[in-house]
Amino acid sequence: MNLDKFLVKGEPMIYAAMVSIVVASLAILIGLTYFKKWGYMWREWLTTVDHKKIGVMYIIAALLMLFRGGVDALLMRAQLAMPENGLLDAQHYNEIFTTHGVIMILFMAMPFIIGLMNIVIPLQIGARDVAFPRLNAVSFWLFMAGAMLFNISFVVGGSPDAGWTAYFPLASLEYSPTVGNNYYSIALQIAGIGTLLTGVNFIVTILKMRAPGMKLMRMPMFTWSVLITCVIILFAFPVLTVALALMMFDRMFGGQFFTMANGGMDMLWANLFWVWGHPEVYIVILPAFGIYSEIISTFSKKNLYGYKSMVVSMVAISLLSFLVWAHHFYTMGHGAMVNGFFSITTMAIAIPTGVKIFNWLFTLRKGRISFTTPMLYSLAFIPIFTIGGVTGVMLAMASADYQYHNTMFLVAHFHYVLIPGTVFAVIAGFHYWFPKMFGFRLNEKLGKLAFWFIAICFNITFFPLFFLGLNGMTRRMYTYSEGSGFGPLNMLATIGSVGLAIGFVILVYNVYWSFRYAPRDTTGDPWDARTLEWSTHSPVPEYNFAITPNVKGMDAFWAAKKENQPLYEGKIEPIHMPNNSGQPFILGVIFFFLGFFLVFSMWVPAIVTGVGVVIMLAWRSFERDHGRHISVEEIIETERKLGGDTV
Amino acid sequence: MKINSNVPLEYSTEENSNKILGFWLFLGAEIALFSTLFATYFTLWNRTGNGPTGHELFELNGVLMETFLLLTSSFTCGLAIHAMRHGFKKATMVFFAITLVLGLGFLGVEITEFVTYVHDGATVSTSAFLSSLFVLLGTHGLHVSMGILWGAAIMIQIKRQGFTAETTNKSFIFSLYWHFLDVVWIFIFSFVYLKGMM
Repeated sequence: MNLDKFLVKGEPMIYAAMVSIVVASLAILIGLTYFKKWGYMWREWLTTVDHKKIGVMYIIAALLMLFRGGVDALLMRAQLAMPENGLLDAQHYNEIFTTHGVIMILFMAMPFIIGLMNIVIPLQIGARDVAFPRLNAVSFWLFMAGAMLFNISFVVGGSPDAGWTAYFPLASLEYSPTVGNNYYSIALQIAGIGTLLTGVNFIVTILKMRAPGMKLMRMPMFTWSVLITCVIILFAFPVLTVALALMMFDRMFGGQFFTMANGGMDMLWANLFWVWGHPEVYIVILPAFGIYSEIISTFSKKNLYGYKSMVVSMVAISLLSFLVWAHHFYTMGHGAMVNGFFSITTMAIAIPTGVKIFNWLFTLRKGRISFTTPMLYSLAFIPIFTIGGVTGVMLAMASADYQYHNTMFLVAHFHYVLIPGTVFAVIAGFHYWFPKMFGFRLNEKLGKLAFWFIAICFNITFFPLFFLGLNGMTRRMYTYSEGSGFGPLNMLATIGSVGLAIGFVILVYNVYWSFRYAPRDTTGDPWDARTLEWSTHSPVPEYNFAITPNVKGMDAFWAAKKENQPLYEGKIEPIHMPNNSGQPFILGVIFFFLGFFLVFSMWVPAIVTGVGVVIMLAWRSFERDHGRHISVEEIIETERKLGGDTV
Repeated sequence: MKINSNVPLEYSTEENSNKILGFWLFLGAEIALFSTLFATYFTLWNRTGNGPTGHELFELNGVLMETFLLLTSSFTCGLAIHAMRHGFKKATMVFFAITLVLGLGFLGVEITEFVTYVHDGATVSTSAFLSSLFVLLGTHGLHVSMGILWGAAIMIQIKRQGFTAETTNKSFIFSLYWHFLDVVWIFIFSFVYLKGMM
């Protein structure tokens, strides 16, 4: 076989990437063999159906992707630091801003949020697991297959280079002849199916698996946000599925959907993409709002202000999120009426969002605030996100948008919403729920140091971009002339991005440090928190709760602590648990290869692996697995070891 | 496992009723999927380029045959579930078998039709209209094909295990899926074929 078709050549940076991928893979394989951990890996992680372990795997994957996307970002900032810089050529720059966008949204923000969802939701509602544990593992391994497939594109065949939005006709075979955009359509498709299944799984979990007494309007706000998010996933992701399938047809099977001849319509792609893409923005922001609600309430020692209006505003946002997609391309020329409509719906979203901001502020009011690391992120979120929101309203005005469209002003705006919105939230949630996952807190000193680096350097990086944009610097330019005057502010932004990177390095070092030296938490409730997940041990036993909690009001654990309301009544009974299975992992591997063969249009192996997928489905259908029971003695033994007081 | 005997067998365990709700939600996603395909078709249906229009291409006979086969199969699928509720194993099997055979017949007619189109020079790469037509019909056809494999797997399981909480649950969910495909076909029949032939 001719290897030239597969390997990207002639770029020192790509050779370095190849070497590092090979070295890292070898190190993992040798390490696993040397420490005899293959069996442990297989039994405890690769075959697990435990929502907590799946959540941890999602978060590890998200952190790796944060590193990958972060390196992309640093390369872009390095290239733009000076005028006429020659670090990257145009093609390389195009590939890097494309993969940066795709990876940060779909393979970093999404899995980080889904990881926290997995760990927290069943615990918050007092359930033993999600509704479909096996399907949950399938979701994870499909996500992983898609993520890995997308990442190897860098060294095998070339990365997509038409932007994360992959607009046609640029992304068509004619103008993007490499396999890069094939990777885009296939890898996102595989990961997207996983996300859709997660959506179904968590809606059923939240609607049907809640502990007795936990009515919908007694659910913690994070659970509410996830429920609403999953409804958005359910209706938005099929649109992406179709859009990507049509893209695949255009690029591989001679379809004419988005072509310039034979009746094709390139604007159709932009519409389909954003009918998914804008709700996607809310898929990553609503759970973040949920996380902030939990943290602000816990560390203000007050219940959440305006619970009902919080729920109502999230529902309103979810509905409006489907009605604003055309604001992404006001300049495409669809007339004043259409632009006017989308302008108004877009600005309307500021109302429910504003309601939420004020609710958080009123929760803080007269609270006994403790400035822990997760709380610092939440407090920094409010003003920084507001800047992002206000510039969003500026962009929402269609006529003004003709000035800002596709400038660095837009780039600054969406980083000002996504980073303090989603990234701060997942980091805050990570610090907040870390003791629940592993049984000890992350070091506060290091955590705060990382916070100040990240919060300050974020502003140094992105605030200059507002002015660059207003001065006329467009996005996705790989270089600029000295005469443009863009140099100094770009240099400032680059310096900021280095500080941001240092902040993330401190964060990761903190995880390492705390694993080695942090004192263990024996209470299970290190923050003096309010919701059910803190009422069981840390780390959580596989069955979550020895006795199903009995909920009598909002913030049931708080009431149990402060008013001595009994939470656990009744006696321990045998607990039914699902068995582990290797099938989801195997299915993920088969999907990875199916995707790879499709990318390179290798039809025979693609058909073989496609049949493999059908065989896996049949295997699952014919399997008879009724799970197992954990006996009462075993539960009592585990509870005693964890020092439980529920027995 | 707690068994609730006040509801039909397919709902009897917690896991069963979760699965049925989960599948309804999945059908919600399927509605979004087909809606997007329909929206694409309606956007592109008169953008025929140099290729044939729907008016020139569509033949009523084949389409009526497909409609008859699929609608009847939906009816027999309903009868199968009705028989299942009464515990008539043999009748259930027979009705499921008829359902799947009718489904196969539908696929046969659809494939013949596709072959005719391609013979007439109307392929997926001829025009945007034909791309959207083939992908819309093809997605529905792929669903029917998967349904036939799935239904056959369930029939084998009923034959081996009889009616259990699991097999009845699977059969019921399969019937939801099959009726859904019928509903989608009614939209295709009305808004693709009839509208195209007018």
